[in-house]
Amino acid sequence: MLALEQGRFELEKALLSLDRLSARELMRNASAAHAPAALAEALIAPTLEHLGAAWQQGTVALSQVYMAGRICEELVDEFFPKDAAERRAGPRMAITVLEDHHELGKRIVYSLLRASGFECADYRRQTVAECSARVAGEGIELLLVSTLMLPSALKVRSLRERLAAVGCGAKIAVGGAPFRLDSELWKEVGADATGATASDALALAARFSAEGAR
Amino acid sequence: MSGGEVTSLERVKKALSGAQPDRIPVVLPLTMHGAREVGLPIREYFAKPENVAEGQLRLHRRYGSDALTNFHYAALELEAWGGEALFREDGPANAGAPLVRRLEEVAKLEPPKVADCPCLGRVLEATRMLRQRVGGDVPILGLVVSPFSLPALQLGFERYLQLLCERDDLLPRLLSVNEEYSVEWANAQVAAGVDAIGYYDPVCSATIIPPEMFRGTGQGAAERTLSRIRAPAVTLVGAGRCLPIIDGLARTGTRGLLVGPAEELREVKAATSGKLALLGDLNSVEMRRWDHARVEAEVKRAISAAGPGGGFILCDGSGEVPWQVPEEVLLAIVEAGKRWGRYPLDWIERA
Repeated sequence: MLALEQGRFELEKALLSLDRLSARELMRNASAAHAPAALAEALIAPTLEHLGAAWQQGTVALSQVYMAGRICEELVDEFFPKDAAERRAGPRMAITVLEDHHELGKRIVYSLLRASGFECADYRRQTVAECSARVAGEGIELLLVSTLMLPSALKVRSLRERLAAVGCGAKIAVGGAPFRLDSELWKEVGADATGATASDALALAARFSAEGAR
Repeated sequence: MSGGEVTSLERVKKALSGAQPDRIPVVLPLTMHGAREVGLPIREYFAKPENVAEGQLRLHRRYGSDALTNFHYAALELEAWGGEALFREDGPANAGAPLVRRLEEVAKLEPPKVADCPCLGRVLEATRMLRQRVGGDVPILGLVVSPFSLPALQLGFERYLQLLCERDDLLPRLLSVNEEYSVEWANAQVAAGVDAIGYYDPVCSATIIPPEMFRGTGQGAAERTLSRIRAPAVTLVGAGRCLPIIDGLARTGTRGLLVGPAEELREVKAATSGKLALLGDLNSVEMRRWDHARVEAEVKRAISAAGPGGGFILCDGSGEVPWQVPEEVLLAIVEAGKRWGRYPLDWIERA
């Protein structure tokens, strides 16, 4: 039985060197001894969170975080059941970019969430009006907003106001360059939380899931 | 130049050569803000060179920056290749859909000729008008998206990362066509009257790709490109980290480096040790909320970190000031920069 602690180290090494074969072999061995939810929670998510923290510290690059997410997503699709109910419990989530044409950040967060066993709807690019209607209509509990441009980050305030106007209590978590450059901006726009790295979304999902369960 | 006063052009040139002018130049890269000056929507403003020339001149009169810029918006370079720029009323235009949908299509890319691109022609015409109206005392700064970062527009950022990580066999051809275009575009701007070129290369930063990948890809592209551009260049890496690749950057032939808030300006100054001039590093997102005291503190911090010994230009840290920064903040930055940036900066030792 592969110890998950050792597995994390091996998986990270394989991901950083884009070694898909080793990553698959490791998953094959681990899945023989652990349930998918345990693998997602104790192997993949911590590995991706560690890479996210390393990006924040400047020891790995965004390209490596991106490729790690994509490879893990492929592993999840191969080794995990297709039925979402058998995946990891979490809040009803969606991710979007608001009137912004830069989707890479969203793609990385989406990939990391799926690779860690969470289900998340990808709204792609939305206007504030489209997004608020969809969030309220689909009963979304946690909306993740990825931004690159400051004007898009500032749109979160309008989104918050529209959601409040229709009585929707969805939480909004924001991330991306403007929020990293200005640590007060997430509060200014009325968000409930912010993440400095893509992998912070994993902790946020777990946190809102626990809060929702209480 | 009149009465022996140092002109902005002399001041900027001296700083870019690593020397110490009379005072630290203050450069505010104001672009779309010219639309506000002439009372036009941003899209309409950039549609005619006479708007941009007039807007830049009014910005220069209002704020007294030590340079003008002919830079319109980065997505203009995608327009030159046949793509689209998507305008908005409260910020820079975004790049539209990528030109290349499948990586294999890279082999079919052919560089556009500058003379065949009306969008580039407008920039050149605005440059000529500006040069004629400001004379030789004020520098005009141009910009090219680097051959190594241009694919983020041509392919989309995600597809480009896939290429870099998994299909680097396609990179030489891509860099080759992009280098031809970038050199021609930069030199056309020089011929129209710009004094220095901003070499916009955000993908090369250690925030985006590992340093070893930069050394094998973007560094060579920069060396080949900058050696053919007939004006001094300054490298802009967006808000990314540059310390891990600082020696490689210095070898590209760039004259200077724009430093953003991701790194300590003082550390970058120590690491470049006279090899590169530095520009930066005011936080352009936070400055929307700055009051006078905060402006003064930030300006003094930047000057004390990178001003001593020369080779420094006070500037924002991203290369483009957001539309939302209030006029009074911009005026206060220029005023504080000119007041605290006069050499010999002996207030730093007293502080």
